Amino acid sequence: MLGGLLAYPIYQLGLISVFHYTQAQVSGGEPTTFEGFGNYSRLFSDGQFWEVLLATVAFAAACVVSTLAVGCALAVLLTRVRAVPRLALMLAALGAWATPAITGSTVWLFLFDADFGPVNRVLGLGDHSWTYGRFSAFFLVLLEVVWCSFPFVMVTVYAGIRAVPAEVLEAAALDGASPWRIWRSVLVPMLRPILVVVTVQSVIWDFKVFTQIYVMTGGGGIAGQNLVLNVYAYQKAFASSQYSLGAAIGVVMLLILLAVTLVYLRLLRRQGEEL
Amino acid sequence: MSPVRQDVESRVNLLRRFTRRPGRTAAEATALVVAAVVAFPLYWMVLSAFKPAGEIRSDEPRPWTSAPTLDSFRRVFGQQDFGRYFLNSVVVAVAVVIASAFIAFLAATAVTRFRFRLRTTLLIMFLVAQMVPVEALTIPLFFVMRDLGQLNTLWSLILPHIAFSLPFAIWMLRGFVKGVPEALEEAAYMDGASRARFLWQILFPLVLPGLVATSVFSFISAWNDFLFAKSFIISDISQSTLPMALLVFYKPDDPDWGGVMAASTVMTIPVLVFFVLVQRRLVSGLGGAVKD
Repeated sequence: MLGGLLAYPIYQLGLISVFHYTQAQVSGGEPTTFEGFGNYSRLFSDGQFWEVLLATVAFAAACVVSTLAVGCALAVLLTRVRAVPRLALMLAALGAWATPAITGSTVWLFLFDADFGPVNRVLGLGDHSWTYGRFSAFFLVLLEVVWCSFPFVMVTVYAGIRAVPAEVLEAAALDGASPWRIWRSVLVPMLRPILVVVTVQSVIWDFKVFTQIYVMTGGGGIAGQNLVLNVYAYQKAFASSQYSLGAAIGVVMLLILLAVTLVYLRLLRRQGEEL
Repeated sequence: MSPVRQDVESRVNLLRRFTRRPGRTAAEATALVVAAVVAFPLYWMVLSAFKPAGEIRSDEPRPWTSAPTLDSFRRVFGQQDFGRYFLNSVVVAVAVVIASAFIAFLAATAVTRFRFRLRTTLLIMFLVAQMVPVEALTIPLFFVMRDLGQLNTLWSLILPHIAFSLPFAIWMLRGFVKGVPEALEEAAYMDGASRARFLWQILFPLVLPGLVATSVFSFISAWNDFLFAKSFIISDISQSTLPMALLVFYKPDDPDWGGVMAASTVMTIPVLVFFVLVQRRLVSGLGGAVKD
């Protein structure tokens, strides 16, 4: 099953990426021709590809850092409050987590809508359009991504902190350590395995953001200014029927994420965890 | 109690009383504010779904409504086949959750309890499989589905979702199965339990919190899916799912915000209910998964 639905498509992906594959071949009108690395060289010589790649990496990095910072800070906060505020925050976070990506995207768009959104009203921005500028559009998507993905980090790290013996934290507080110091010198080392897991998961998820970009920027923004690799591949394949170019982009993404996996495995190994 | 210990304890109490209390009030205030900010988009969504059209399009959006109406919901449910879309989404999500929980449970047991050749390779494969960008595989999967003749059927959504949720589910469940002491297994066999009996009557209840946590992930991915539905259900609209129905209202130039918000509300509520139901188990589940 796994083999059939994961391995085979990956193999096909590689295969398609080295052929010349467009609408004509799909409908069987023309025979497929082998192109070797032609698609890749075409891709790599395309300036837009590099720009999109750069945007993807920067965007994913910003998302990961913000998500982790917010998630960890709130997890620590959760341990310092009583039951009622904790429950309130927990429920709000679960709500954000549970919100489907597509509804989250539309709701955030509406909140920041130029004409009818409350945010512009409150900030007194008039009818400033958030999706028009490249950076403000990316920023808007980033907010949505952080909103829907910090709960996973928060809940997981919170569960981890609770597993740390209370005496350890008490001893640190007794020695006069500030909350920041406790986090840096006590919690981070103790929670390292958890932090590695949530970081890697966030990298994987944020590198592959699709729905938010697709919906919020209308398929990649004005003149493709907000494209990320994933949406770029999709547009190439399904909008302009250049399936093989889309597949080649997919292969590039796969390789980048594989590199991340290797780093992750290295980290796990170093901790001496047996698979 | 020794005087030294007493001294330490009173110092701890002092510390708590003098440094923690004011800090705690600030922390609790922050927590409440953050909770409000995080919940605000959801509140606004539900609110807008109930607002009459005039208020939604007003230049002075208010955080309340004076005349709640079901108009937007009527438009959503009045949309052709909306019930059908909803049902399709439910069928896909439930099928994916059940199938992937069942398979993941057996697979996680297999990779933790038995040592066999290629075991490590298999585990690394599961991890790598999580990295695969689903969107990139849409292209080849499209051809696979076409060759299987499953385009435009719910199977074209169920099968890939099972496949994509399994690696993460197995990876997470592994920790839970690992946490069940082997002695328990031996004791069960000693008492004459069969392998199947041990599996279903002893191991299964013990790893249930983990199964719940992983089910949440597979449920969300199946319920939220937008890409497969958009790519594989190309002509037979009766097989479409909720996200597609939502997009009907969202026209980039002139979105029907009331309709979008009402459809979003309808789409979000089942997930929220599911989350609230499993909330407690989820927290302990995630804690257990990362402790191994």
